[in-house]
Amino acid sequence: MTRILLIAEHDGKTLNPSTARSLAGAKEIGEQVDIAVFAADAGPVSEQAAALEGVQTVLAVERPENEHALAATLAPQIQELAEDYTHVLMPSTTFGKDVMPRAAALMGVPQVSDIMEVIDEHSFKRPIYANNVIVTVKTPAEPRVAGTVRPASFQAVGTGGQASIEKRSTSAELPDHTRFVELQADESDRPDLQSADRVVSGGRGVGNKENFEIIYRIADKLGAAVGASRAAVDAGFVPNDMQVGQTGKIVAPELYICFGISGAIQHVTGIKDAGTIVAVNKDPDAPIFEIADLGLVGDLFEIIPELEEKIG
Amino acid sequence: MKILVPVKRTIDYNVKPQIKRDGSGVNTEGVKMSINPFDEIALEEAIRIKERGDAEEIIAVTIAGSEAQQQLRTALAMGADRAVLVEVDETVQPPLAARALLKVREQEEADLVLMGKQAIDDDCNQTGQMMAALWGRPQATFTSKLELSEGTVRATREVDAGLETIEIDLPAVVTTDLRLNEPRFVKMPDIMKAKRKPLETTSLDTLGVERPAQLEVQTHEPPPQRGGGKMVESVDELLSELKNRGAL
Ligand SMILES: Cc1cc2nc3c(=O)[nH]c(=O)nc-3n(C[C@H](O)[C@H](O)[C@H](O)COP(=O)(O)OP(=O)(O)OC[C@H]3O[C@@H](n4cnc5c(N)ncnc54)[C@H](O)[C@@H]3O)c2cc1C
Ligand SMILES: Nc1ncnc2c1ncn2[C@@H]1O[C@H](COP(=O)(O)O)[C@@H](O)[C@H]1O
Repeated sequence: MTRILLIAEHDGKTLNPSTARSLAGAKEIGEQVDIAVFAADAGPVSEQAAALEGVQTVLAVERPENEHALAATLAPQIQELAEDYTHVLMPSTTFGKDVMPRAAALMGVPQVSDIMEVIDEHSFKRPIYANNVIVTVKTPAEPRVAGTVRPASFQAVGTGGQASIEKRSTSAELPDHTRFVELQADESDRPDLQSADRVVSGGRGVGNKENFEIIYRIADKLGAAVGASRAAVDAGFVPNDMQVGQTGKIVAPELYICFGISGAIQHVTGIKDAGTIVAVNKDPDAPIFEIADLGLVGDLFEIIPELEEKIG
Repeated sequence: MKILVPVKRTIDYNVKPQIKRDGSGVNTEGVKMSINPFDEIALEEAIRIKERGDAEEIIAVTIAGSEAQQQLRTALAMGADRAVLVEVDETVQPPLAARALLKVREQEEADLVLMGKQAIDDDCNQTGQMMAALWGRPQATFTSKLELSEGTVRATREVDAGLETIEIDLPAVVTTDLRLNEPRFVKMPDIMKAKRKPLETTSLDTLGVERPAQLEVQTHEPPPQRGGGKMVESVDELLSELKNRGAL
């Protein structure tokens, strides 16, 4: 009997959209999915998780140590809950990538990272070599499967569900060798990059931090989230959490428009799941045009104002 | 303090991987091989720590076939003091790599393990975390800034929400992100000097490493290709194409 435990990602108040997408992946493995919410106060997040379509039970694990998502404190508790399950899953975001392997090692099982397709309960497809190669891997049947689900590969499940919420306690002794200090988050009212329907990105071609305003403006006009290439982040145009690509965020919007990005494989890896990719670059030979659905050769500083005007 | 830096030999990040005709793997024959870029960053950070006087010795280690001596020599040329090759002819996935690295760590009594967050061949992003778990010690993954003080490390981590700072007690495992530093270029005289630095070879059995369960890799295939794109000549054409596709 397949029983799946999905670990919720959240910031203490709001469930991260990666959870609803990972749930869709989990449902392809089996029907019985529970979600665990580790928090100091799990109330609001548990309710959001319970509203996701097709969840059996939400396990609310409240401990003061769970205020911040630290791998060293979460992994032993996940190991403890895992006893009742055949599969333990997390989203393959920085949260899941940090915590899951630690829990998998405690459980004594290998991990399938970045599940992009479910073949059966024990066989999965996952990307390697920056998404240039897809492998099919098979896990040992016993004792259980540990994996991270690639959110970009699955459409989020809807809401309207009414799962029951159960309080659960864990007895694992938690270490104090790892301490949260602070989180510097860029507060922005723009849509979340990883779940937005539209994303506008800028690269080194934008030139500098001041010029990046033009990218924000066109993004706001389109109601889009804003992303960037690594070169733009490294050059200090934008903060690191805007990086799209192999080592940044994997995005899957319906529309992805990039300006002044050359199209290095490490960047392209992050956008392959987008619906329509539009590239604007002044170099007609830029590799980005090989993968873009629509390409326009030209200077972004001329094209963006024209776009703004014509979108109205 | 001693720092252990695990390095993995991978296809150079500029090379586009080619799948073998029978789908059994990726061709590495005649392909440029390098140190995994994240491990190079880890090594650079270790060297800077040593140059500041906060570490006495840097040991580079790899679990691989004998051809990985080449990458260990590069690590020595960059500034590692010694190298250890755990020679294997079997498949090494993160559960096995973590166990082997842990044995070497124990043998060397290193207080800090500095390694890549991810190997760019398997893209697993698991080994450091697994090692820290089995060791029962702290981990700081995705590190873009590292500050050492007496017995602790303050690590700034690149997470999806922004930059998170945590403090961990030593000994510990730290995995590196790209913006931690920019690795130095190796100079000719250093390559010559590296030839005289010690490179020890050992085996999993000598170290007493247990074989954990791993994944069975069944097939390799190319990713689904995106349909052929179209070049447009003007903003007007772009907008009408987008509207036709229902994308705007
Ligand atoms: C291990 C590893 C991981 C990496 N991970 C990532 C990752 O996650 N994400 C990522 O993005 N990169 C990543 N990179 C870096 C990647 O290899 C490229 O260096 C990077 O993507 C280049 O960014 P860019 O396209 O903005 O810059 P460039 O390659 O410099 O391209 C700039 C482009 O702008 C165009 N341009 C200039 N001016 C204008 C103008 N006025 N109008 C229109 N076009 C203009 C130019 O023609 C050029 O094509 C990684 C690299 C490594 C080694
Ligand atoms: N066979 C190996 N030998 C040495 N180090 C390794 C090996 N495999 C993985 N590593 C280290 O673990 C990191 C993460 O690898 P992975 O979990 O495979 O993505 C790499 O950046 C290396 O530092």
